[in-house]
Amino acid sequence: MKQKFNIIESTCVPLPLENVDTDQIIPARFLKTTTRDERYFGENLFRDWRYRADGSSDTGFVLNDPNYQGEILVAGRNFGCGSSREHAAWAIAGYGFKVVISSFFADIHKQNELNNFVLPVVVSDDFLQELFATIAADPKARVRVDVPAQTVTNLTTGRSESFELNAYKKYCLMNALDDIDYLVLQKDKIETYEKTQRHAV
Amino acid sequence: MNTLFDKIWDAHVVQHVEEGPDQLYVDRLYCHEVTSPQAFDGLRARSLRCFRPDRIVCMPDHNTPTHDQDKPIADPVSRKQVETLAANAAAFGLTHFGMMDPRNGIVHVVGPERGLSLPGMTIVCGDSHTSTHGAMGAIAFGIGTSEVEMVMASQCILQPKPRSMRIRIEGTPGPGVTAKDLALYLMQQLTTSGATGYFVEYAGSAVRGLSMEGRLTLCNLSIEMGARGGIVAPDEVTFAYLKDREYAPKGAAWDKAVDFWRTLRSDEDAVFDREVTFDAADIAPMVTYGTNPGMGMPVDGRIPADAAPKALQYMGFRAGEPLLGKPVDYVFLGACTNGRIEDFRAFASVVRGRKKAPGVVAWLVPGSWEVQRQIVAEGLDQVLSDAGFEIRQPGCSACLAMNDDKVSAGKYCLSTSNRNFEGRQGPGARTLLASPLTVAAAAVTGVITDPRTL
Repeated sequence: MKQKFNIIESTCVPLPLENVDTDQIIPARFLKTTTRDERYFGENLFRDWRYRADGSSDTGFVLNDPNYQGEILVAGRNFGCGSSREHAAWAIAGYGFKVVISSFFADIHKQNELNNFVLPVVVSDDFLQELFATIAADPKARVRVDVPAQTVTNLTTGRSESFELNAYKKYCLMNALDDIDYLVLQKDKIETYEKTQRHAV
Repeated sequence: MNTLFDKIWDAHVVQHVEEGPDQLYVDRLYCHEVTSPQAFDGLRARSLRCFRPDRIVCMPDHNTPTHDQDKPIADPVSRKQVETLAANAAAFGLTHFGMMDPRNGIVHVVGPERGLSLPGMTIVCGDSHTSTHGAMGAIAFGIGTSEVEMVMASQCILQPKPRSMRIRIEGTPGPGVTAKDLALYLMQQLTTSGATGYFVEYAGSAVRGLSMEGRLTLCNLSIEMGARGGIVAPDEVTFAYLKDREYAPKGAAWDKAVDFWRTLRSDEDAVFDREVTFDAADIAPMVTYGTNPGMGMPVDGRIPADAAPKALQYMGFRAGEPLLGKPVDYVFLGACTNGRIEDFRAFASVVRGRKKAPGVVAWLVPGSWEVQRQIVAEGLDQVLSDAGFEIRQPGCSACLAMNDDKVSAGKYCLSTSNRNFEGRQGPGARTLLASPLTVAAAAVTGVITDPRTL
C-alpha cells in the first residue's frame, strides 16, 4: 500500500531462520486469487508454519506468540529466495509489517518489497545477531529506522548502522510515489529510444 | 572490454535515473495467469493501456490440468484465473496461446521453441524461471507483479544493474551426467545465495558442448543460485535451433539477424566482477537430500554430516546416510527445467524394454504441445507406453502443485523440477531433485538408483 515513509520505531518479530523462501512466506495454493487483497495474503503469511495440517495454530511459531508484535520483521540471511511471487511482499505488508531487517535479501523479493512500501533494511551479520539476542532477552525491545537519515538503531544497545537506499527510491518512499508514476511520464524518452535503437528485433 | 551482458544491457538503457536505477527497455514480456491479473487491474485503476501490446505474449500454464484440457477446468478458482488471463489478453489486445491452442505450454518452454525469445533481447516475466531464456543469448529475468505492470504501462522497467559473474565449466561430463547435474552441482558448490546480486554468463567447453535444451535447463536454474539471470553466448547451436521457428526472422532478415547475433559475445579482455571455474570431470549424477536446491550430493554419495537438521527432519533423513536404495512414491518428469524433447528422450532411453515399478505414481508432463507432438513423431510415446507410462497434457503440473498433481504429505517424489522447498509439491510433500536419467532409473526400480548402473 502506498504510504509515506519517515521514521519508524517499533518492537520486532524475530525469525532467526536462514534461506526463508517465498514458498514458505506464501504457499502457491494461495496464489490463485485474481485480486490484490493484502489482508487475505496477510492472513496466510507463513501459513504452513503458523498452522498445522488440521488447521490449529502451531504455538511454537513466532507469529502465534503474543509476546512478539510490531511493524518490523527481523529475519535470517537470504530472506525471500526462490519464486518471484509478489504475493510474498503483499502478505508481509498485509500482516502489518513496514520494515524487514536482514543481513541479506534475495534480489527479486527485495525489489518486490520496495514496490509495495515495505522497506528491506540490510544490516551486518553482527548487527543482526546482536538484534536477535536483544529481542530474545526482551520482546519489548524497540528498533528505530530513520529513512531520511538511512540509519537503523537497536534502541536497547544503542548500536546504529546506516543502510543503503538509492536516492530515487528514497524519494519515492518518502513521497508515496511508485515506479509506474515515474515511468508513464517518460513516454517521450521511450519513443525516442525506440526510433534510434541500434539493436535488432 | 565489455561482457556480453554489458553489451545487451547498455543497448537497452533508455536513461540512467539520477542517483537511481537504470530505465531498461524490454523487448519481450511474457504473462501467465498467476502473476498478471493484479497488473492488469493496476492498469485499469490508472486508466492506462498496454504501451506496446505487440511485445507481450500471454499463456496459462501454472493452473492447467494435465488431463482433459478440452473440458472446463474442474477447480473453479483455477478456472477463473485462466479465464481472467484470456479476458485480459483480449481486452488489452495481446497475443494469447490459450489452453488447447497447439502453441500452448509452459511459458519458458514455449518462448524459445516458437522463436519468440531471440539473442540480444531483454525478456521479462512475472516468474523467477524467466532466467531460462538466457540460454538463447538474451538478458532474461523474473520480476514481480508491480514490475509486470510497469512494463505493460511503459515497455520499460527500473532496475539497478547487477554485477557480472562468469562460471566456466571445462572438460567433458562423464556418462549419465546431464545439464541438470551440472546445475545441481553449481548450486551445491555456490549455495542458493552464491550468485545473488549477479548476472551469470555460462562459458567453457562443457557449456559450449550442451544442446539448446541443455542450455535452457542450465539457465533455468540460475535463479536457484540467487542469480538475477544466466546467459550463454549465442553460437551455431543457437542459430540452428532458431532457424525456421514461427516467430524467428525469415529470409534476408534472418541473415541480417545472424550477422548481428554473431557479435554477441564477451570481449577477450572483458572483466567480470567474479569468475569461477569448475571441471566437468568432477561432476556426477546429482540428487538433493534437503529443502533447498543447494542441498545436493552425488547420487551415490552420503548426506553430509553437517546437513541442516531442520531440513533433514522435514525430509525424514539422517546425516551420513546414503540415498541409494531409498524408496520413492512418485516420479515427475517435466517443468520448465526438464520438460523438453531431449528430457523425454533421456527418460525413454532408460525405461526402454523395462517396466514401471509397481506402486510408483509417475507423472510425465511435456512442457508444451510442441514437445508432445515431437514425442509422438519420434515414437517415444510407444516406448513409454510399453514400459507402463502414460504421457499427460502440458503445463507446470507437479512442479508447484497449483493444479491437481499434488504429492501427498510425507511421501517422496523424485522430480526433474527446480525446487525442493517444504510443501512445494503439496503440503508436507518431500521432494528430491534430479535429472531425467536419474528419475527414470527410480521410475523402473522404485528406489533411488544411480542411472550409470542400469
